[in-house]
Amino acid sequence: MSAPPIEVRGLVKRYGELTAVDGVELTVQAGDVYGYLGPNGAGKTTSLRMMLGLIRPTEGSVRLFGRDPNATVRALDGVAGFVEAPAFYPYLSARRNLELMAAYDGYGASSRIDLALDTVELGSRARDRVGGFSHGMRQRMGIAAALLRSPKLLLLDEPATGLDPAGMRDMRRLIRRLADDGMTVLLSSHLLAEVEELCNRVAVLRRGRIVYEGTIAELARGAGASYRLTTTDNTRAREICLGQPGIEAVSTEHAHIVFTADEPAVAELSRALVEADVLIRELAHQTVTLEDLFFSLTEGDGVVLDRPEPLVVERAS
Amino acid sequence: MTALAAPVRQASTEATGKAPGVWAVYRWELVKLRYQKRTYLGLAASVLAPLLLVLAINLRSGAGHGDAFAFSNYLTRSGLVVPLVILLFGAIWMFPLIVALVAGDIFASEDHNGTLKTVLTRSLERQQIFAGKMLVAATYAVFAIMLSGTVGVVAGSLQSGFNSLQSLSGTIVSAPKGLELVYASLVVYLIPTAAIVAIGLMLSTLTRNSAAAVVGTLMFSLLIQLIGILPGMGGAQPYLLSTQFNAWQGLLRTPTDWVPIIRALWVCALYGVPALLVAFLVFIRRDVAGG
Repeated sequence: MSAPPIEVRGLVKRYGELTAVDGVELTVQAGDVYGYLGPNGAGKTTSLRMMLGLIRPTEGSVRLFGRDPNATVRALDGVAGFVEAPAFYPYLSARRNLELMAAYDGYGASSRIDLALDTVELGSRARDRVGGFSHGMRQRMGIAAALLRSPKLLLLDEPATGLDPAGMRDMRRLIRRLADDGMTVLLSSHLLAEVEELCNRVAVLRRGRIVYEGTIAELARGAGASYRLTTTDNTRAREICLGQPGIEAVSTEHAHIVFTADEPAVAELSRALVEADVLIRELAHQTVTLEDLFFSLTEGDGVVLDRPEPLVVERAS
Repeated sequence: MTALAAPVRQASTEATGKAPGVWAVYRWELVKLRYQKRTYLGLAASVLAPLLLVLAINLRSGAGHGDAFAFSNYLTRSGLVVPLVILLFGAIWMFPLIVALVAGDIFASEDHNGTLKTVLTRSLERQQIFAGKMLVAATYAVFAIMLSGTVGVVAGSLQSGFNSLQSLSGTIVSAPKGLELVYASLVVYLIPTAAIVAIGLMLSTLTRNSAAAVVGTLMFSLLIQLIGILPGMGGAQPYLLSTQFNAWQGLLRTPTDWVPIIRALWVCALYGVPALLVAFLVFIRRDVAGG
C-alpha cells in the first residue's frame, strides 16, 4: 500500500514559551480535498510551513508520500503549494518568474509554463512585471508556479484571502477542477463557504490543537440533529418529549420546544403526541451550519461536541 | 480567470528531464542581477572611478603630482598607472561598497521579497541555493574589479599613452609586461575582496536586511582600516584585512615580493572562511517563518 500524501504525527512547534502547534495528528488520503480550518493564529500556516520543510518541528513528524520534507527537498517531489501570499520577484515578468521556478524544479518543468499560465488565465500578462500585479493575479501566479511541478499534492494556504467575490469564486472553481483532475489538495482556510463547497474532509484547529478531524457531515451529525416543535399544547408536549426515549436536550425557546434526536426517535415522538391528542403545528429540522460548528469549536470552550478530546471520525474503509 | 470553461490539462506527472543544480541557481541569480538597479550602481562606480581619475589627470596635466602616493609621479606618463592608483584608493571604501551591494543583498532580498519560501519549496537543496548565490556574489566582485581595471587601462592609455611604467623598486617595466602586472595585481586584489564578499554574505543571512548588510559590510571594512591607523596597533597591521588590499604591490617589486601575497591568502582565509561558514550554517538551519 502506498504511503498517504500527508501523514502528520504529534507535530509540535514552540517559539520560546509560545506553542504555535501542539500535537497535531492528521492523515490526508489520495484524492482528498482536505480543509484545514481555524481562526487566525490557530497554527495553520505554521503547520503548513512544517509540512513544506520551511521550518523544523520541535517534536513530531511530517511525511509526504512517506518522505520527510525536513530531511531532503526530494520529499517535495510531486508536492507544490504556497504559504501565506505567494511571493515572486517583482522586477521580473510573470514568464521570467515561472522560468526561474521551472529551472529550480528541473525535470522538464519549463515545458509546462505556457500550460500553467493558460490554466490561471495569465497568458496575456506573461510579459508584464509581477510588481504591477494585483493581489488576485499573484494568487493565480502562485497556483501557476505550483502547477509547474505537475503535483499530485497541493498545499494551499488561504488561496482566496484578499480576493474580491469574483476572484474567490474563480479560485474555488480552479481548485475544484484541479481536484477533479485527481490532485490531492490540503486547503488551509478560515473561509467556511470555501471549505464547505470544496472539501470532503476537514480538520479544525484551535490554539494549535486539532479539535475535530473528519467529514463535515459527520461533524454536523456529531453535533446532533436539532428539531423545533410547536404544538397545540406545548406544556403537555414538553412532558411527552422528556419521557420519550431518544429525545434529548429538550428546552423551550419562545413558543417552541427544541430538542435533539435521530429520525426514528422523532417518528416515535410524532406518534406519541398524536396519541396524547396533542396536535403538531410545526416540526422542523434545524440545520447546523459549518459556521455554527466552527465557532462552537474554535471559540469559548467548544461545547457543541461536548467532548474534551479531539473528535476524530473514522474514515469508511 | 472569469470563465474557466476548459478543463485543467495536466502535463505528464512523469519526472522527465534533468534535476536542477547549482548551475541553475547561478544562471538565474545572474539573470536577477541584470534586472536590479543596485547591480548597475556598483558597475557604474567601477567605471566612473577610473574615468574621473583620468579626467583629473587631464585637468592637472603639466601641474605635476610629485611623490604624493605610489605611482603618482608616473600618472601622466603611462596609462597603466591609472588602474593601480584606483586599486590603491579603492580599498578604503569603494570596492568594499561595490561588492557589498550584491553580497549583502543576495540573501536578505529574498527575505524582503518573501521569495525565500518560494525557492525553498522547489527541487533544490538549501546547500545548492547557497552555493549558487555565493558564486554569483563572487562573480560580481570579479567582474566589477576587472571592469574597473580594464576601463582604467583603456582610459589611462588614451590619456597618457600605453607606455612603460616604473615599478615600486624603481625599475622600468615595458608596457606589455606592465599590462600583465596590472591584471595580475587585479587578481591578487580579489583575495581580500573575497573576504569582504564572505562578510557581506554572512551579514546578509544574519540580518535578513539588505541595507543593514550592505552598510554593515562597509562599516566592517572601515573599522578594520581605522584599527590599522590607531597608535600602538602596528604589530597587528600585517593581520588586518585592510593591509591585505596592498598585497598586490608585491608584484610591482623587483624581484617579486611573494610574502605579502602569501600572507594575504591565509589572513583573508581567517576572515572569510569563518564568515562563510556562519552564513552557510545560518542559511541551512534557519526556520523560514517569514519570507
